[in-house]
Amino acid sequence: MHADHSGREEAREEGEKARAPLATSRAGSAAAGGEPILEVRDLVKHYPLTQGIVIKKQIGTVKAVDGVSFDLAAGETLGIVGESGCGKSTVAKMLVHLEQPTAGAIKYKGEDITRLSGRALKAVRRNIQMVFQDPYTSLNPRMTVGDIIGEPYEIHPEVAPKGERRRKVQDLLDVVGLNPEYINRYPHQFSGGQRQRIGIARGLALNPEIIVADEPVSALDVSVQAQVVNLLDRLQAEFGLAYVFIAHDLSIVRHISDRVGVMYLGRIVEIGSDEQIYEHPTHPYTQALLSAVPVPDPAAREHRERIILHGDVPSPANPPSGCRFRTRCWKAQERCELEVPLLAVPAVFRLTESPAGHDSACHFAEEKQVVPPEGLLEMPGETAGETETEAEGGPSQDVDGENGPAPSGSTRAG
Amino acid sequence: MLLEVRDLHVEFHTREGVAKAVNGVNYSVAEGETLAVLGESGSGKSVTAQAVMGILDMPPGKIGGGEILFKGRDLLKMKKDERRKIRGQEMAMIFQDALSSLNPVLSVGEQLGEMFVVHRGMSHKDAKLKAVELMDRVRIPAAKERVGNYPHQFSGGMRQRIMIAMAMALEPSLIIADEPTTALDVTVQAQVMDLLAELQRELNMGLILITHDLGVVADVADKIAVMYAGRIVESAPVHEIYRAPAHPYTKGLLRSIPRLDQKGRELYAIKGLPPNLLHIPPGCAFNPRCPMAQEICRGEVPPLFEVAEHRESACYFWKETLDAR
Repeated sequence: MHADHSGREEAREEGEKARAPLATSRAGSAAAGGEPILEVRDLVKHYPLTQGIVIKKQIGTVKAVDGVSFDLAAGETLGIVGESGCGKSTVAKMLVHLEQPTAGAIKYKGEDITRLSGRALKAVRRNIQMVFQDPYTSLNPRMTVGDIIGEPYEIHPEVAPKGERRRKVQDLLDVVGLNPEYINRYPHQFSGGQRQRIGIARGLALNPEIIVADEPVSALDVSVQAQVVNLLDRLQAEFGLAYVFIAHDLSIVRHISDRVGVMYLGRIVEIGSDEQIYEHPTHPYTQALLSAVPVPDPAAREHRERIILHGDVPSPANPPSGCRFRTRCWKAQERCELEVPLLAVPAVFRLTESPAGHDSACHFAEEKQVVPPEGLLEMPGETAGETETEAEGGPSQDVDGENGPAPSGSTRAG
Repeated sequence: MLLEVRDLHVEFHTREGVAKAVNGVNYSVAEGETLAVLGESGSGKSVTAQAVMGILDMPPGKIGGGEILFKGRDLLKMKKDERRKIRGQEMAMIFQDALSSLNPVLSVGEQLGEMFVVHRGMSHKDAKLKAVELMDRVRIPAAKERVGNYPHQFSGGMRQRIMIAMAMALEPSLIIADEPTTALDVTVQAQVMDLLAELQRELNMGLILITHDLGVVADVADKIAVMYAGRIVESAPVHEIYRAPAHPYTKGLLRSIPRLDQKGRELYAIKGLPPNLLHIPPGCAFNPRCPMAQEICRGEVPPLFEVAEHRESACYFWKETLDAR
């Protein structure tokens, strides 16, 4: 159902293209089958910081998104991961035109939607729909499910004539796995997972080509998450949808995405196919992020090298100069302070065929495997011995000198 | 044994009826041991912990029966002020949401120092020095300068460190951490979990970690108790439960989470929804969602079967669950 193979091949092709020095065209596209339907170029969103109530003075700007570029192909899933405050939700809002970008372009089939208004904008919006994080606050409690899912038809009556709407809504309920007879119920009569299905049905109502999903499962219980993830997977196959899937949970993003972009402080620091990002990450932030994710396997405690980052994400109102990650990076040198690293295939990997050759915004990019290869963790029985740990890269690495030895699982034996 | 919960029952009397939040829970923690209590929302994992701490809202809550033995003494039979002495000194709790658990109008130094003033009778001046020492210990940079800051001036990770500092202040022998890292980003979560594990080792404390995250559990726990609808459905040492779960619910949970090291196709999904505590299904509470359910599961509540040494499962078909891998 996903164009996995061709996607990877395309990615390599794209990597070749990326050797061209120009910065804009190598936003890491892996168009499975020609033209991307969505091209995002140098997207910027700055929020003014003001002081004073009567006379407002601007005292600074919060650089929520500061130059983000990527492509999305039809039927593809692009995952965007990052910690809170990295700007991933702001990107989502700009894609569906809930926020107007400060600069940059969002091209839907070649047309820049940030400049559209009126009827033309309305037509484009029909094709890019959103699913929100919180199924409790994103549904109006005073409207019935039928009214919620049918509301898009009020705005776009050409999609469904009045007489047909009720039937259409019932079809949609059926598609997302809810009983069509629930059409007259209110949101509070449903559980979290069911509400998220209602939100998804609303997103599907206008037959969009792109769905922007901002943390669609993070508010749900573990046993319900899988149901909704599977539903999203199935709908993609059924309707040929393209997803921009935004989440902080790296495991879910890997599961659902064809390509993944990693954001840090308003920028994409690394982007590539799921295999490139998860198995061959070259940016230190991606590596730290991946190594910090707890793997649900106690045998992995002893196998995994953990990179413990020091400190918190700096404020986007006052981001560090040069590379924004340098204040938490163990590789940072003077160059990182002076020179902004471009998102491109790092020079060392340009001539290799290796999957490490994908866009990564680091002056000192090097490949490092932090997620144990598949199968290693499946090993039944006790831990496979200390020697292997040593060979695999030694005990956990501590980035912050004063933190002392960071405890890894292996020290817990007693 | 440091703490032993025996056949604990907690119910909430609401307008719609009696919600049976905890229905006969047994677990124990030894010194230096980490017990993870795993469950979804509404499984009763937090309510059990609140009953142990003695911070349950009563009413509407009501302890319907059971014993909570702390160092051999039943907490439920103690007088109020006796319990208050134990709380804070001997057992402490870390909450999920540090911002709403800390007092916004007191500086963190005052809140940390208060522990020493109240329980140890220190002067405010000495208590402030102690507060700085504690903040240093949980690795808050520039502790001396920041001791006068208010909670809102700290980031989420730093606030959680302050919560940990406060819990550790009087070096208790038991810490209960209720989803301590759920609100944090992964990189910060790793910092905080490491800190917690390190301090636990140092002070040889018992730790009850309440969470819904199977990943966090695998990283730090010694043993697990899986809760569903107010009951423990499976308990086991951590390695064994991940290798071969003996309850269909645990098994379903483990199979339903996407993994970082695998590009899966379709996820296994447990069908249905967690039960409403006002109407817990008769028999095994998991039976409407269980792929193995038989007639017997709908009739009688399954007891805890001994699967192996230190391993129990509340499933009539634990053997089949274990074997069918």
